[in-house]
Amino acid sequence: MDYLLNEKEVMVRDLCRQIAQEKIAPVAAEYDKLEKFPHEIMKILAQSDLFSIFVPSQYGGTLELSEGQSVGGVLGLCIATEELSRACGGIAVCYAASALGTFPIILFGTEEQKKKYLPDLASGKKLAAFGLTEPEAGSDASAIKTTAKKEGNFYILNGTKHFITNGGEAETYVIIAMTDKSKGARGASAFIVEKGTPGFSFGKKEDKMGIRASVTRELIFNDCKVPAENLLAREGMGFIVTMKTFDLSRPGVAAQAVGIAQGALDVAVKYAKERHQFGKPISSFQGIQFMLADMATEVEAARALVYAVARMVDSGHTNVSKESAMAKLFASDVAMKVTTDAVQVLGGYGYMRDYPAEKYMRDAKITQIYEGTNQIQRNIIALQLIKEMAK
Amino acid sequence: MDIIVCIKQVPETTEVKINPETNTLIRDGVKSIVNPFDMYAIEEGVRIKEKLGGKVIALTMGPPQAEAVLREAISLGVDEGILICDRALAGSDTWATSYTLASAIRKIGKFDLVICGKQASDGDTAQVGPGISAHLDIPQVTYVKKIEEIKEGLARVERMMEEGFEIIETPLPALFTVVKEINEPRLPSLKGLMRARQAKFTVWNHKDLNLEPQDIGLLGSPTQVIKIFTPPVRTGGQILKGEPQEIVDKLVDLLKSEIS
Repeated sequence: MDYLLNEKEVMVRDLCRQIAQEKIAPVAAEYDKLEKFPHEIMKILAQSDLFSIFVPSQYGGTLELSEGQSVGGVLGLCIATEELSRACGGIAVCYAASALGTFPIILFGTEEQKKKYLPDLASGKKLAAFGLTEPEAGSDASAIKTTAKKEGNFYILNGTKHFITNGGEAETYVIIAMTDKSKGARGASAFIVEKGTPGFSFGKKEDKMGIRASVTRELIFNDCKVPAENLLAREGMGFIVTMKTFDLSRPGVAAQAVGIAQGALDVAVKYAKERHQFGKPISSFQGIQFMLADMATEVEAARALVYAVARMVDSGHTNVSKESAMAKLFASDVAMKVTTDAVQVLGGYGYMRDYPAEKYMRDAKITQIYEGTNQIQRNIIALQLIKEMAK
Repeated sequence: MDIIVCIKQVPETTEVKINPETNTLIRDGVKSIVNPFDMYAIEEGVRIKEKLGGKVIALTMGPPQAEAVLREAISLGVDEGILICDRALAGSDTWATSYTLASAIRKIGKFDLVICGKQASDGDTAQVGPGISAHLDIPQVTYVKKIEEIKEGLARVERMMEEGFEIIETPLPALFTVVKEINEPRLPSLKGLMRARQAKFTVWNHKDLNLEPQDIGLLGSPTQVIKIFTPPVRTGGQILKGEPQEIVDKLVDLLKSEIS
């Protein structure tokens, strides 16, 4: 379908497609098998300016914002993430997770914070990460136990974050910690924490089902002294920072799901044309044809929703939680279904590691879970529907 | 360090088809690309610039649509592009081409290094690079696989040989032709693509270069193509079967009859 992309978006798409085909596809299986962080690919993405597309130009990015607009580039990020995910959802998430860690600084950073952190993130010299989840605080983010206590010109952070994408590899972290436990969700605050800050270390590296090229790790704060000027927004704004960040990043996860689904569909169509049974290519059987037709239709529907939401976010709408959640929910459910069907089209071969179909299925699953499980997305959507009804 | 990279637009195919009537390449319906070996020249030029500063100019000779290779060069980090474009240049052989490119380089004036790919994938002569250096009367090193050291006025490079390599030190300005072992060309950058989209190129004709019509194009080309043909497809050989002694005897007989 023609999404009427502008010139720059077409450039991003073509460039990412070229990188995906030439540089990622040939090594995706190896990174997956070895669970190895794709430093080489991150270098290529950096050299190609792809970390710059969601960072405003005055801070080293390539995003030109119009008067009064403070964020944008979400459609570009979605297109890039989708194209990279088509080759490897794990490698793509290393890229997208850096955007996730960068957004809070773009959204809430002071001029000094933006000038200090954004240029190196836009150039890809440094990666970013976002640290919210804790062992006891998954969907219930308000249950986080990590604390930040103000002492003089510092905040002292104590606690453990886990399941943090880019943990250990990123240089710049945005961490949510409680500054006032008595206030519950309103007592959380967001901090920029640099790798190397005394008291900040990395713990267990997870052994994952999918997206294995990406690193998912524990962050440990043990009397970690963070300068007071690294507080993002104000004390108590931690969850606002989180929600607004997710509004921008959820379309990216949705795009990752679309890319994974498209990659699996590509594999299934190619295989169906090549595989012969009963003396004919299996693509000539209606049973296979109908599956492929449904898969393609669902992928296109998911893409259309994701691009529409990304455009809405880019156009400056501030209340996009419902739409953002819808894109993430729908695209990830499509990805799970399409990748499962792709394995089915490949039959026994689909189940084997020698063929790429099963990897897409493993990679798809996480998109239904992270950045808010799909059950949480439904909560967000329903809550917004009820609110709208009450108006 | 100011670097000039000479690049050529070639058809994207390894099986070049030839028009038997005109003895020229059939370009219709074939996508044009930057000569693959020139991609290494571009990359090396850009790497030297990134390390030492200065600028990289891409120079090409060809029809108006050859501008596309200059645009691609810009997207990869080259600063400027010059197109030598003139009907009078049609039919240039390697002598006339290198003469014309050398004249353009002289007109550019200041440079420390000229880099060319080792050869073009369509003509495969590997003569234009060395030809330019001869016309400019500057040192040349062909088949460079590594630049060990480069600084103002001096470079030390490794030159690939069939067995091993030579280490050559040369004063600058000089001309290098490079092989694919020298680097891994980068993909374009977004900023580069945006710059390339807006880039304007200098276009020179033979008058801009003060060239006389008899020295360029077909008239200035000492090489005359008498005939171009596709060699006949080799038919499958003959397989001898039997006991080793038998086969050897048969083979000797066959070879003898072949010679006589």
